[in-house]
Amino acid sequence: MTTTNGTETGSLRIKTGFAEMLKGGVIMDVTTAAEAEVAENAGAVAVMALERVPSDIRRDGGVARMADVAKVKEIQRAVKIPVMAKARIGHFAEAQVLEALAVDFIDESEVLTPADEHYHIDKWGFDVPFVCGCRDLGEALRRIGEGAALLRTKGEAGSGNIVEAVRHLRSVSTAIRRLTQLGREELMTEAKNLGAPYDLVCWVAEHGKLPVPNFAAGGVATPADASLLRQLGAEAVFVGSGIFKANKPEAMARAIVQATTHFDDFERLAALSENLGDAMPGLDIATMPEDQKLQTRGW
Amino acid sequence: MTAPRIGVLTLQGDFEAHAAALARIGVEAVGVRTPERLEGVDGLVIPGGESSALLKLMAPLEFLPALAAYHAEGGAIFGTCAGVILLAARVTDGVDDDGSQTSLGLLDVDVARNGYGRQRESFATRLEVPAIGSDPLDAIFIRAPRITRVGDGVDVLARHDGEPVLVRSGRLLGATFHPELTGDGRLVRYFVDAVVAPRTTEPEVPCPRV
Repeated sequence: MTTTNGTETGSLRIKTGFAEMLKGGVIMDVTTAAEAEVAENAGAVAVMALERVPSDIRRDGGVARMADVAKVKEIQRAVKIPVMAKARIGHFAEAQVLEALAVDFIDESEVLTPADEHYHIDKWGFDVPFVCGCRDLGEALRRIGEGAALLRTKGEAGSGNIVEAVRHLRSVSTAIRRLTQLGREELMTEAKNLGAPYDLVCWVAEHGKLPVPNFAAGGVATPADASLLRQLGAEAVFVGSGIFKANKPEAMARAIVQATTHFDDFERLAALSENLGDAMPGLDIATMPEDQKLQTRGW
Repeated sequence: MTAPRIGVLTLQGDFEAHAAALARIGVEAVGVRTPERLEGVDGLVIPGGESSALLKLMAPLEFLPALAAYHAEGGAIFGTCAGVILLAARVTDGVDDDGSQTSLGLLDVDVARNGYGRQRESFATRLEVPAIGSDPLDAIFIRAPRITRVGDGVDVLARHDGEPVLVRSGRLLGATFHPELTGDGRLVRYFVDAVVAPRTTEPEVPCPRV
């Protein structure tokens, strides 16, 4: 945060204010300028510039890093909508490079191979806002404590299976409801149990919501998936492999955008869900070995 | 006198922040997600958001002609950020191949998208807005557009570094910044009281019931 001549930049309210503008929208993973244009034409509110979509990262294995700088620039040139990019958990130098490229949001993401097994990035040190994944309220509040301006569920990226995103969204909302029922004297113990900053626990207990917007990600493959997450309280939706691993990416992209806005208009949702071709192939999470789950990265 | 009915376009963007800002000044807004919901609305807020996404959501609903008709029939509109892009006569640096972008053309201004740059360049400052009082207005600009031309008949209500950032033309109010993201409700109040309300004074003459 810098304040010169009475002008404020990089403050939390400017970061969360931008996240507010993305609400009700869809952020799509893209790996080329052409895919970015498909996303923009479909009505995406932003794109996430990536080297490979999560399902390919999962298939290929090895170390997944920040996208090539030329790739990020190519995508920035291709579209007018905001461009986000992913940095590895704890890899503040990748984040510094992405900030130098003026990406609009940095996703400190479990989809990439973590660079630090103990610490996430100190996000207060950046003017560019950060989005981080979470599986529960404690994780959400730890990331907010570190300066994240936007939370999303981790879900299970690249799986084409919505079950983990649903689990994480419900886990956060149930824990928030619980906090609002607790007495003031119970909150410090709750903060200890959650592993979350006490002042943020108090804030959530008082307001009944997170202090930053709360989106969903991980496993979205159909318009109905987007509707489900919106109905469960997600304010916007990230779609990774679900668009460009679908049989008809343009049609799927358009339908998911419309479904995210009209999530509770079921006749419209039915019409939108027709003739989209095959959604991406999905993976069963219940039989997935623990070491293949991306959501367990970070803490 | 009945309070004017205020709607907030709830297709995409920070419509919740707008509804909350209206609630803070005692106005309960209705959500407008389809053109039918414009019925009975006296003043509509088009929130900040992604203008190209809003256009894609509006197209299948034929929202643009509905908004033009709504305005022609006396409805007021307050466009903030993406909202002022949609109201503009001409848009530059837009998503279309020739660099333009579809807009309503109701407000006679030209607007350049992302006129200050990317999110890194987003900022907050204080504006002199004589129309709402002498205290400066806290204003947040987020990937904000720039008004590059102001037509005759459009009043500039505030400037930043000499450039117009708040304009009014009759029942249209346009801000390139986000009054809904600060605690200062004066500009939202100005829209409800000074831009919308004159319309509701007309039917105040009691009509005999048929």
